[in-house]
Amino acid sequence: MSNAIQADKVMDLKGLPCPMPVVKVSKGIKEVEVGQILEAQTTDPGSLTDFPAWARTSGNEIVDTIQENGVIRIFIKRNV
Amino acid sequence: MSTELAQIEQQIAEMKAQLEALQKKSPSNKLSMVVFSGDLDRALAAFIIATGAVAMGMEVVMFFTFWATPILRDPKKKVDDKDLMGKMFGTMLPKGACSVKLSKMNMGGMGTAMMKNLMKQKNVASLDQMIELAGELGVQIYVCELSMDLMGFKREEMIDYPSMDFCGVAKFLEEAMDSRVQLFI
Repeated sequence: MSNAIQADKVMDLKGLPCPMPVVKVSKGIKEVEVGQILEAQTTDPGSLTDFPAWARTSGNEIVDTIQENGVIRIFIKRNV
Repeated sequence: MSTELAQIEQQIAEMKAQLEALQKKSPSNKLSMVVFSGDLDRALAAFIIATGAVAMGMEVVMFFTFWATPILRDPKKKVDDKDLMGKMFGTMLPKGACSVKLSKMNMGGMGTAMMKNLMKQKNVASLDQMIELAGELGVQIYVCELSMDLMGFKREEMIDYPSMDFCGVAKFLEEAMDSRVQLFI
């Protein structure tokens, strides 16, 4: 928890199933500046494969993924 | 020297023309989908893929035809001037996204009701909500004019969707030719 990357914006997507996490993050990423970090918190295990796939196609970058107490925290750097 | 320069200029012009021709041929980052089925499960899958595709940065076009057409009816709207067959189809086919059934395990509507309950419990968006979300995300919907005519549906009884138009097969094919991904559901 303490050595996690400092996010510029945090999105609480806990409890939301497919396709909502990716749909919401694709909107939310536009609310941070290019170069800034968006943290998405989800409980959907599918996010572990979906977020990297979304990042590759949208040109953004997953800089870290932390799993703790059933919550998946994905740190995304806005590149485009 | 000047002839060499002219040659290079000509080559560049030719390459530009070839590049433009190639760009015209290569499909866009677009998803074209035919939604044929009027089943709840299949329609839900169609809208999950459609909204997901927008999130992936794709343009999405959905073509509703045959049994999928009544999914887009608005249960609150009434049309009076229908002929006998139109009235029959209107009564027998689902009136909107809320009344479509599962393709399996419907069990006289009990299975569908159970699935809807389960979806609510698990926070899964209903078909209604998915259609609304698709509208917000800019998913373009086309409805098959032939299906509308066959089943006697009128434009006035369809839902208020931000970008809905009516078309024939040529429009679908034009979009499909320009799409990287095409699906039939």
